Parts: sequence; C-alpha cells; structure tokens
Amino acid sequence: MNISDIIKPENLVYEKSKLQLNTIMHYCPGCSNGVVHKLISEVLEELGLQERTIGVSPVGCGVFAYNYIDIDWQEAAHGRAPAVATGIVRTNPDKIVFTYQGDGDLASIGAAEILHACNRGENIVVVFINNGIYGMTGGQMAPTTLEGQVTSTTPFGRNIDLNGYPMKITELIAQLPGTSYVTRQSVQTAAAVRKCKNALRKAFQNVDQKKGTSFVEVVSTCNSGWKMSPVQANKWMEENMFPFYPLGDMKDSEKNAPVSKN
Amino acid sequence: MAKVRGAVVVDKEGCKGCGLCVEACPQDVLSLNKEVNSRGYNYSYMENPEACIGCSNCGMVCPDTCITIYRVRI
Repeated sequence: MNISDIIKPENLVYEKSKLQLNTIMHYCPGCSNGVVHKLISEVLEELGLQERTIGVSPVGCGVFAYNYIDIDWQEAAHGRAPAVATGIVRTNPDKIVFTYQGDGDLASIGAAEILHACNRGENIVVVFINNGIYGMTGGQMAPTTLEGQVTSTTPFGRNIDLNGYPMKITELIAQLPGTSYVTRQSVQTAAAVRKCKNALRKAFQNVDQKKGTSFVEVVSTCNSGWKMSPVQANKWMEENMFPFYPLGDMKDSEKNAPVSKN
Repeated sequence: MAKVRGAVVVDKEGCKGCGLCVEACPQDVLSLNKEVNSRGYNYSYMENPEACIGCSNCGMVCPDTCITIYRVRI
C-alpha cells in the first residue's frame, strides 16, 4: 500500500482545528504554549462555543494569543486579565470568558486580581501556564521558580533566604469557595495532552453551566529560558517540577462547596 | 503484517524542528530531516513510513499543529 493510498480525506484521523488560524506562532520551538492553544481551539470547536467565547490575553509569551485562535479577544494590562474578564462576564453573562495567563502575569504581578476574582467566584475559566520562569523577558525568576533553580536573575540558584519560597498558587486558589474546578495538568506526552484537553473541556462546560471559576494550571516547559533542548526540558520538568507541583484535580465540586481535605 | 497503516503529513514550513514528535512516536517513524525549511529549521519527516500506525501521538504533542494524520485498516 502506497502512502498516497492512505492520505485520503476519508482516512483522516487528526488535523488542525478549524478555530486555529494559519499564522505561524511566535513561540520558540517546543514551547508548551502552542499545545495549550491547540487544545483550547479543539475544545471550543467541539463544544461549538466559537461565537460566544471571549478570551482575555495577558502580557507575557501568550500576548499574541489573539493572532492564533479565531475567537473574540481582549488584551489586558499585565496581570489584570481576571479583572478585565470580570468586567466582560458581568456585562455579558451569556458569554464564555476565559483568561490565558503565565506565571509571571498570574502569580506575581496579578496575584491580587486572580485571588479576588476566584474568591468572588466570577464565572470565568483561567488557564494558567506555569513554567517557573519569566519566559518573554529573558528568563528571570518568577514566584513559581523552584528552589535552587538557575535563572538569569538567580545565577546561583534560587535562594530561599533571599528570594522566598516557590509559590503553589493553584493550592491557594483551591481553598477559595468561589472556585468550582481547580486542576493541574501538563502537556509533555500524548497521554498528558489528552488529559489536559479533558480538563479544559470540563472547565469550559462548568462556565457554560455557570458554576463559578474554573482554574486549569498547565505545568509547562520554557526550553529557551531553561537553556535546554525541548526534549531535555520535558525530562527536566518531569524530574524536578512534578515532585513540587503534583498533577491532578485539587477541587471538583459545586461553587461554595467545602474544600476536600484530600 | 500490520492490520493498521497510518501516514503523517508534516507541514514543512510550519515545523520548527523541536523534535517532540520524534520522541512521542512509539514506532520510530518520524525523524528530523537533514535539510532545512525556508526558516532554517530541520523539519520532521517520515523516515520509516511502513511502521506508522496512525496513533496520532505526534499530532497531539506538536506545539505548532503542523501534523495531519491519516489511518486506514487493511
């Protein structure tokens, strides 16, 4: 059987989502952001939410997200995406609003906005890309940088006495009664990508059913910032990030439900 | 003889040669080309097309969504 006999429209099993535009992404080769963009496009396409969805793009590597996914977008000031999303969803309660933020944007400069938006239980999806570094500005230390991790502003590794402890923001958010679904996923293997897609689907469905804030953290790589190849970065993430940021659902319940102790 | 045959079409110009699909392929079908595309990246291609089973793992992990996958039962 020739390859040309296999490559026929009736045999198609996987192709680019129709929501994803043909612009070549500005991300570095192997960046996890591209996979998450793809998953958001696929989920919105499958749920048929394209016309009703408004994304709020952050400042950081994800700033050009509006060039890649064919939905309505609003750009927010650094860290203020949850505040902008609050305004959008309160004035347009029928829309599906999500923010797409990195760890510098969400955990550092926008820590107040995200905690209070989740505490108010705004009906939004928050997609949080945690790569432990400020990727766009040149690999500086972020609040989520691991202890001892070398970055351009901590050349001898993050020192707890000097720089404080790495921040598990998703665990903090899981304590807030306004949230309905809080999970941590990753996208380094095909299995992880499928799990992450299910988590995103659930998050968008929850918002469609007005269940309160859904928070999806994706533990990601920044191979340029970490000074590794994409494959090495995935291995490094599995060995170093996952013990500190364990994957799985932290909360999956109704809004205002008590937090499980497990 | 395999019961399922697959084929992968890589968008040569979209590929950035990150190599994640090569790592994700369980059948060692994909490999990075020695030639480069117009942007200077060693793009991914099917080095061993007979082994492809169309599992779509490569498409799942591709950050630039430049892989289209076909599968047929024989």
